[in-house]
Amino acid sequence: MTEDKNEKSGAENLSRRKFIRNSSYAVGGLAVGGVLGSVIPWGTENDDQKQQAGKQIKNYNHALMFFSQAEFQTVQAAAERIFPEDENGPGAKELGVGFYIDHQMAGSYGFNARDYMVPPFFHGEKEQGYQGRLKRREIFKIGLREMQNYSHQKFKKGFTELSEEQQDNVLSDFAEDKVNVTTISASGFFDLLRSTTLEGVYSDPLYGGNIDMEGWKMRNYPGDQMNYTDIIEDDKFHEIEPRSLRDHM
Amino acid sequence: MVKKLPKTDVVIVGVGWGGGIIASELTKQGLNVVGLEKGQERQTEDYYMVHDELRYALRYELMQDLSKDTITFRGNEKMRALPMRQYGSFLFGDGLGGAGVHWNGQTFRFLPYDFNIRSQTIERYGKGKIPTDMTIQDWGITYDEIEPYYDKFEKMAGISGEENPLGGKRSDKYPTGPMKHTPSMKMFKKATENLKYHPYTIPSANLSEPYTNPDGIARAACQYCAFCERFGCEYGAKADPVVTVIPVAKKTGKFDLRTHSWVRRVLHKGGRATGVLYTDVTTGEEIEQPADMVVLTSYVFNNVKLLLNSKVGRPYDSSTGTGVIGKNYAYQVVKGAATGYFDDKKFNTFAGAGALGMVIDDFNGDNFDHTNLNFIHGGYLALTQTGARPIANNPIPSDSPTWGKEFKQNSLKYINQTLSIGAMGASMPYKQHYLDLDPVYKDTFGDPLIRMTYDFRDQDRELAKFTAKKSKEILQEMGADKIDSMEELGPYNITTYQSTHNTGGVIMGADPDTSAVNNYLQMWDMENLFVVGASAFPHNGGYNPTDTVGALAYRAAEGIVKYSKNGGMLA
Ligand SMILES: Cc1cc2nc3c(=O)[nH]c(=O)nc-3n(C[C@H](O)[C@H](O)[C@H](O)COP(=O)(O)OP(=O)(O)OC[C@H]3O[C@@H](n4cnc5c(N)ncnc54)[C@H](O)[C@@H]3O)c2cc1C
Ligand code: SF4
Repeated sequence: MTEDKNEKSGAENLSRRKFIRNSSYAVGGLAVGGVLGSVIPWGTENDDQKQQAGKQIKNYNHALMFFSQAEFQTVQAAAERIFPEDENGPGAKELGVGFYIDHQMAGSYGFNARDYMVPPFFHGEKEQGYQGRLKRREIFKIGLREMQNYSHQKFKKGFTELSEEQQDNVLSDFAEDKVNVTTISASGFFDLLRSTTLEGVYSDPLYGGNIDMEGWKMRNYPGDQMNYTDIIEDDKFHEIEPRSLRDHM
Repeated sequence: MVKKLPKTDVVIVGVGWGGGIIASELTKQGLNVVGLEKGQERQTEDYYMVHDELRYALRYELMQDLSKDTITFRGNEKMRALPMRQYGSFLFGDGLGGAGVHWNGQTFRFLPYDFNIRSQTIERYGKGKIPTDMTIQDWGITYDEIEPYYDKFEKMAGISGEENPLGGKRSDKYPTGPMKHTPSMKMFKKATENLKYHPYTIPSANLSEPYTNPDGIARAACQYCAFCERFGCEYGAKADPVVTVIPVAKKTGKFDLRTHSWVRRVLHKGGRATGVLYTDVTTGEEIEQPADMVVLTSYVFNNVKLLLNSKVGRPYDSSTGTGVIGKNYAYQVVKGAATGYFDDKKFNTFAGAGALGMVIDDFNGDNFDHTNLNFIHGGYLALTQTGARPIANNPIPSDSPTWGKEFKQNSLKYINQTLSIGAMGASMPYKQHYLDLDPVYKDTFGDPLIRMTYDFRDQDRELAKFTAKKSKEILQEMGADKIDSMEELGPYNITTYQSTHNTGGVIMGADPDTSAVNNYLQMWDMENLFVVGASAFPHNGGYNPTDTVGALAYRAAEGIVKYSKNGGMLA
């Protein structure tokens, strides 16, 4: 286990030294010299340490760009059922997944900016993929409203007021297309909710979720390391303190 | 309105592996080359923030923007083809280096059998073995003829590997030694040896050691950083056109590279190509680039699209099986795989490299007897460790919930305790599988999209079942406590990623009636036009395609130089 402690305290120096040594060929070589010059300062001291020494900083990222307050509460509650808090660690809510989804829907992904959204739109076979005209952000708004309606219809309460079992019940009905909605596919909405939830749990904290890399820590995922040359052959399982892209700045 | 530029010797459409190799080889020989690439310039400095799974792997940062161009798809001719509106089954390269920037680097040669597939299948099993609508044909080149070009590509890229005990004969060993072996690779090796198979290390374009290639290009060794496929390499370790062939071309002073240049037509007159018409996507200006020779290196779909939109060559007609442009579209059968869950073994699966793994060819090509099997060919079986990034990798046993408390528990438990064996099943062409122009949907310039008509057949279903069964047996031998394996292949589905190993459409051969290009990838119908890429494959082998794409590009470059001197058909 001493090795692990080493990883933690000296990981940065170790990997930087290794990196420079392993790449010395290229540094002196023709093709990529300039590049490496700019990469090497990676992991230099940044203001994180200074911040941590001081008081808890307000997370200015935690405000809404897209959802209404009520929609946000519903998204957060639903995401928490998909990835709940348990003895392993935090759930979607604590990891900031609600904010992550909100921010994604406000940006190019929410607008399907890089998808082919040209008409005509026809209903296709499932093997042909999504053929709707609605953008993800529109699907989200409609889906959340339908979820709210369905909760009222089935349990006489809004989604956020339901018990966990009731919330799971509503979500399964969406996942299994047992809900009668017309404008969107219920399971399509659920799949979007599920995939964006997992993204929020496990993407780099720079996107607003996976707060303090707690998502990664639960599964011993080391995040963004410069290299694994030293451990790649090892039989031993390594628990490495994770790093995020913030550490590159 | 169209701005006409001065003529050049050669104009290349698309600057990925194909375009980069052609550019470097021709400029070294003194030809003036203009390279037109529709995407942006790229360099290793761009990858400073590259360890970002969401941005690169899930939002496709380096791939073509589908809002501008995509394809349409239908399973058969009776269906209405609909656009691939979002990425799934395969990904289009874009920008300098093309898909060569974000590939894995698994660099395999095809088998000698592949090049003579039709004659050798008939020779061993008789004509009846080949279904009447399966349009396999010999490639018009033998393994021995293509071997020197494989060697050239592998030395340029610095491929790290060890000899394949069941592969074709090599004129030389790999330029660098094999990649390191992880514990899971060692388990695969031991298990397959126990089963009397012939494991070897996957030949890799992620360098196992620092390497200087014959062009004098020096690159650092791979750091097993685990952000490889779908990502650019921040070390320049992964062989990619931007750090290998393109700088060589640039250094000659004879390579005029223009990014943001979207080619829309091959211009021709009297049966000869006269140049290309392209749009500067930053200004919208239409520009004509005249050239003595035109080379299409714009990937399978765009190669076919440009030919059909430019009315070059004879379009394929599926009702008669005549014509050649768009013919023999094939793919890869990768779903015949298995996953093993280990209750008390943990692996550092978060670490890895794009081409790190062990593989066997005992069930590839005609390395095994097919007499009592309902399919031909096969595929390799491999265990890879490419870096299990957390959003996309949440393996759970197939009978367990996909969300909620139990999902979270299972996924956290199994993430570091799961190993998979994958198959790279070969894909045979059929009369009814082809590419043509879509009658309805258009790209951003109003040009028709490519329409793909393709589905899995009995051949694929049988092959996939077979490879899944073999994969399962290996995992059993490796001691997995629970194994999930594919049971039924199902129809081809464009929404789930399988591989960017699309092939065919401008196939090579010895006969102008049944092929579009000769074995120098020179168009039979237009001798100063060369069409380079996996579009030339008459079928797809049981391997990743790029070693063969690279080899054919070197062969084509040799042909173009010859042609520039003497003219005429090269074969
Ligand atoms: C994630 C991923 C992993 C892969 N892993 C492997 C692997 O391990 N092993 C392997 O063998 N293969 C692998 N491949 C496949 C490999 O990347 C391709 O075979 C190879 O890059 C093809 O090279 P190419 O030059 O033919 O085409 P591309 O690399 O696609 O280059 C074509 C270029 O042409 C440009 N272009 C297209 N149309 C036009 C136009 N009209 N005008 C101007 N320019 C145009 C494109 O922008 C692009 O840059 C992988 C692919 C992907 C996506
Ligand atoms: S795994 Fe190796 S080759 Fe791939 S990106 Fe990382 S360092 Fe480069």
